[in-house]
Order: sequence, then structure tokens, then C-alpha cells
Amino acid sequence: MRMFDCKRFAAMVGKEFVQMRRDRLTFAMLIGIPLIQLILFGYAINSDPRHLPAGVLSADNSRFARSIVAGMQTSTFFDITRHPSTRAEADRLLRDGDVLFVLTIPENFGRDLLRGDRPVLLLTADATDPLASGRAAMAFPEIVRLALARELTGPDADLNQTEPPVDVRIHNLYNPEGETQYNIVPGLMGVILTLTLVMITSLAITRESERGTMEHLLSTPIRPLEVMLGKIVPYILAGYIQMTLIAAAARFLFNVPMQGSVILTFALSLVFIGANLSVGVTISTVARNQLQAVQISIFFFMPSLLLSGFMFPFKGMPDWAQAIGSILPLTHYLLLIRGILLKGNGFMDSLPHLWPILVFWAAVVAAGLKQFRRTLD
Amino acid sequence: MNGGTVIDVHGLTKAFDGKTVVDGLDMTIRRGEIYGFLGPNGSGKTTSIRMLCGLLTPDAGSGVCLGFDVIRESDKIKPHVGYMTQKFSLYEDLTVRENLLFTARIFGLADPNRLVDGCIERMGLGPFEHRLAGNLSGGWKQRLSLGACTLHSPDLLLLDEPTAGVDPGARRDFWDHVHALAAEGITALISTHYMDEAERCHRLAYLAYGRLLASGTVEEIVEGAGLTTWSVASRNPGAGLHGLTERLRPLPGVDQVVAFGNTLHVSGRDAAPLERAIAPFRTDGLAWTIIDTSLEEVFIDLMRQSRDGLK
Ligand SMILES: Nc1ncnc2c1ncn2[C@@H]1O[C@H](COP(=O)(O)OP(=O)(O)OP(=O)(O)O)[C@@H](O)[C@H]1O
Ligand SMILES: [Mg+2]
Repeated sequence: MRMFDCKRFAAMVGKEFVQMRRDRLTFAMLIGIPLIQLILFGYAINSDPRHLPAGVLSADNSRFARSIVAGMQTSTFFDITRHPSTRAEADRLLRDGDVLFVLTIPENFGRDLLRGDRPVLLLTADATDPLASGRAAMAFPEIVRLALARELTGPDADLNQTEPPVDVRIHNLYNPEGETQYNIVPGLMGVILTLTLVMITSLAITRESERGTMEHLLSTPIRPLEVMLGKIVPYILAGYIQMTLIAAAARFLFNVPMQGSVILTFALSLVFIGANLSVGVTISTVARNQLQAVQISIFFFMPSLLLSGFMFPFKGMPDWAQAIGSILPLTHYLLLIRGILLKGNGFMDSLPHLWPILVFWAAVVAAGLKQFRRTLD
Repeated sequence: MNGGTVIDVHGLTKAFDGKTVVDGLDMTIRRGEIYGFLGPNGSGKTTSIRMLCGLLTPDAGSGVCLGFDVIRESDKIKPHVGYMTQKFSLYEDLTVRENLLFTARIFGLADPNRLVDGCIERMGLGPFEHRLAGNLSGGWKQRLSLGACTLHSPDLLLLDEPTAGVDPGARRDFWDHVHALAAEGITALISTHYMDEAERCHRLAYLAYGRLLASGTVEEIVEGAGLTTWSVASRNPGAGLHGLTERLRPLPGVDQVVAFGNTLHVSGRDAAPLERAIAPFRTDGLAWTIIDTSLEEVFIDLMRQSRDGLK
């Protein structure tokens, strides 16, 4: 008796494919969950927030300062609602959430600008919700450039030629990593894969036990590894369908820029998909019924969602949370996929994020094999 | 097979949550034998069969099945055993053909398609070949299961109530089929609740409350029980026997009174007290004759005895 027989394994995979095809509800869930989540999250991404409340702390009343403030207003990104008179007041407005931005125009801004001293123009942004603040903050330098270009005509026009005549600085408060909204979609890919794949495969073996088919299966020479891998393979395809769906939506619906190789993303995601599917199968070797399987899946999903850096900046979490988070495959996958898609990382750059997932995968399969009940006891 | 013995187990015991369900089962089954496994609901038949094919680990006991140790070598036993579960255990969302093909492939059989064709032909499953198994009627599900567990030409068949819910014609076909297989040297252990099926077995075992109460051929079992049975019929067709049952039952020496159409069968463990008990009723209106005790009476008696023993 060999531990693994390709023919038996192929039979198992074939059977699972046929069953997956016939199981309309599961299939609908595979496609439906990503779509619903994308629309919910994607709405936030796509809403392209405008008219965000902003305050101006100005110590200068030159035409340049006025032009910049007017430019902000007409850009529709900002609504200048407050004019705090002191730093402390401005900080309080930000802290209380009365404004999302404070523009600080220093004393003698206009004079320094004309002298070519490149005065500092500081935009302080409340970046707790990068979805809200990111886009406006990104547009700000361009608004400043256009506003100044309008004013710098005639003898001052040459100030436009060289480097920007002011030093625009954007300071993200509360979110030191400066995450942008683009982080969301790749992250969402990981979250959706975790949720659906773990949940669906966690039902895999439990369903066999509940329907009584396990008794037939166990009375045949099939081995645990063949059953477990046989249950995983068809859902790898399902995982890729989901990824394609999300990637296409990210690209075409939400215009998320993609720096790196999509092929590399898909190739390396195999490890993540496999790891999640194995978690599901392992859960189903422990769970006594399908309800338990779903409950344990959620038990795995919650920390993945909360401690992986998807919801909160990873570096900002307490040590114990980071310790738990660094075990979870989603944590590493987020770094991996954001690295590839947003920073254009290659294979070698991705390796440090890849091996922790592989280790996790191997450990989970081992646990599943150990747990797999060869009998009905 | 060593010495022509296919199953030879001793003291198999299994408890669930502290409740002993099978208690010290000894069983010897020879090659080519059709061995009937009887007993009331919950007596431990299914549990015993599961222990034989490695689906449950016995708490105690030992033995060999097909020359392999039942406890340590269940992986080696499985390829040679065809186990038909009591509850339908094939995939309801696969078609008849897909189920058979899957089973053939799991057993690593050469040319699964040809084998499946043969099985569909043999079992008369042709018209349902592409139906989902879940949509078959109960009897056809049973036939499909039987087909699936014989695909790999096993040496030993473990059939758990294979004919429950099967119509008489199909039941007869099934038994002819099993006898044909036995003639080829295949051994079968078949659990059933039907007495006529029990009588078609070479040997029987009767289990109640997890304990083996009797085993042997039908004759041996009936003989061993030592029951005497009288049949009573009314001479004038109009008069019923209704009142008689109630009056006979409480009498010492009378162990069973069962109605069979227009006659009553009255049995007792000891011939003399029984005869004394019925003496007052041997009137002109009633015809009394001594008959052969049937298996059913024996089994009911065995069950009562063991229940009384437990009290
Ligand atoms: N997995 C289990 N957990 C707990 N109790 C069990 C389990 N399987 C069986 N039992 C109990 O063991 C006893 C024997 O069950 P078993 O199924 O072996 O009886 P059986 O002789 O096959 O009955 P039937 O004729 O109704 O099929 C029953 O009381 C049953 O409730
Ligand atoms: Mg049973």
C-alpha cells in the first residue's frame, strides 16, 4: 500500500470537479462573495470623495496664498470651511474630525516665493481613512502648481521654469505608513480568498461524514493524503477564477494602477490559495458537522481580517497582535501582493513574503493528516 | 486463505460512550459460505461489520480476516472486501455511472469503463445509467450499492441489510446472484431482518444486546433452542381465536403465542408443562397439532431470554 497513488488521486479530483459543478449554491457563493465585497468596498474606493472639509491656517495674505486657497476650493476636492488662527486651534480641528486637512501658509509666503526661497507649504492630512484623504492629498501639489502658474506671469514667469517655486509637503497624520486607497483592492483579494476558500473546503470532509459517504470512502483503499489533496485541487481553480474577477474589477472598474507583473501575482498566489484550502480541509477533519466547520472557519477568518494589516496598519499594532499576525498567511500575502502590484516587486523581492506562507501550508497539511480520522470512531 | 477460514475473530468488543454495544463476539466464517447475521434493531450488527472491515477500532478482541490481522492490517484487508453500507453511502450528486467509475478508479482497477459497463448490465441499471443516484428509488439505490461493492471482485462481501426495501422479485434475483458468487468461492456476511433470507444462508449468527446468542445452520439453531410448538385452528370457520390468545399467554409453560392467519402458534421451552397448560383448551372446537418450530419463534425466544437475563 503506497501512501499516495496518482490514479486514486486523479479519481478523487475528478469526482470533486463533477460535484463542484453540480453544487450551484457553492458555485454561486464562490462568484457572489467576491462580487458583493468588491461592490461594497469598491464603492468606497470609487466614490472619489470630494468636498472634504479643510481649514486654512494662514499667516500671509499675498495673492499667491489667496490663489492657492481659491484653487483648492475650485478643485472641488476641498471645502475650506474653517480659518483657524492658531496652530493649537488647527490641531484641535483635525483631532476632532471637524476638518480632514489643514493647510499651513507661513509668514511672508508671497515674499519668499518671489525671492525664489521656496517657502514650505504644509498640508496636514487626517489619513486614518486613506480612502477619504488619499486622492485629495495626491491632487494637492498639482492644484498648487496650477494656482501659481496663473499668478506667475510677466516678469515672474521664469520662476515657473525651474523646480516648483514652493516646497509642498504633505503630512499624513494617524497613518504613518501613508497607505493609499490602492492598498485596498489587492488586500481585498487576499481577504476574499481567505474567506471563501477556507469556508468552502471546511465543508468538504464534514459533508462526506454528514451524508454518510465517508463510510463508503473509508472502506476503499484511498489514503488520507489523496482525499485531502483531491479536495483541494478543484478549488485552486475556483480561487483563480475569483482572483481574475477581482483583478479585472480592480483594473477596469476602479482603475487601480498595477505596477508589477500580473503573471507573477497569479503564480505566487498559488501558495496562498493552497495554504487557505488546506486550512479549510484541516478544519473539516476536526469539525463534527457543517455548522461547526463554518464556525471554526470564522474563528480563523477574524484574526486574518483584523491582525493581518488589512484593517489596521500592521506596524501600529501591539506586539502580541503582530506576533499572531505574522503567523497568518494573509499578513504575508498582503505584503507580497502589494509589493508586486503597487511597487513592481519581482520574484526575488517577493521571496521573503513567500516562505512564511509555505511553512504555514506545510504545517497545516501535517496537522490535517494527523487529524484525519481513518475510522468512524 | 489459511485452512479455508475467511473470518476468524474472538472477543470483539466495542463500546460507545461507556455503553457496550458489541460484547465479546466470536465468529468463524469459512470460504464460500453465505453467513447470515441476524438480531433485533440496535443489537450491534452494523457495529460488528464495521469492525471487521476496519471502519471501527475494536476496544478488545483479536482475529484475522482474509489472513490479515483485523486490528493492525485493515489497510491490507480493504482492497479485498466489498462493503455495502446499511445507509446509502454513494454520492447522490453523481450519476449511477459516475459513482461506479469513481469506485472502480479508487480501487485502482484496470479498464474501469469496461468493468462499469459489465456491472450496469449485470445489475440491470442500464435505464438509469445517467440518472443522479440521489434520484433513484430505494430499491435501485440498493442495487447500485451492491454493484459498486462487487466491482473489484472482492473475496469477501460484507452486506449490511442489502435487501431492505427491495421488492420480492429483486430480492430473489439478489439471492441467486449471491449464491452464484458463493459458488465461485466468494464469502458473504449478510445482515438481514427477513426470515426467508436467513433460511437461504449456509450458516447464521444471532446477536442480541451485543451478544452472540446462537450460531450454526438453521437446523442446529432450531434444535438448540429446544422449543415445542403447537398449532391451533378453529374447527368451525365462524368462531375466531381472539379470546384464546389472551387466555393462553399468561399460562405457565407457554412462552409465545403468535397468530398466523387463521391459526395460532403456541410455543414453550419445555414440552411437558406446555402440554399441561394447553390441556384444558383441547376441546372439540379446536384442532391442535404439533409442528416444526420456525426460525422466527426461535429468534424471538432468544431475544426474550437475553432480555430477561439482563434484568
Ligand atoms: N457512532 C456511534 N456512537 C454511539 N452509539 C452508536 C454508534 N453507532 C452505533 N451506536 C449504538 O450502538 C448500538 C448498535 O448499533 P448498530 O447500528 O450496530 O445496530 P444494528 O444491529 O445494526 O441495528 P439495525 O438492525 O437497526 O441496523 C445502538 O444502540 C446504537 O445506538
Ligand atoms: Mg444496522
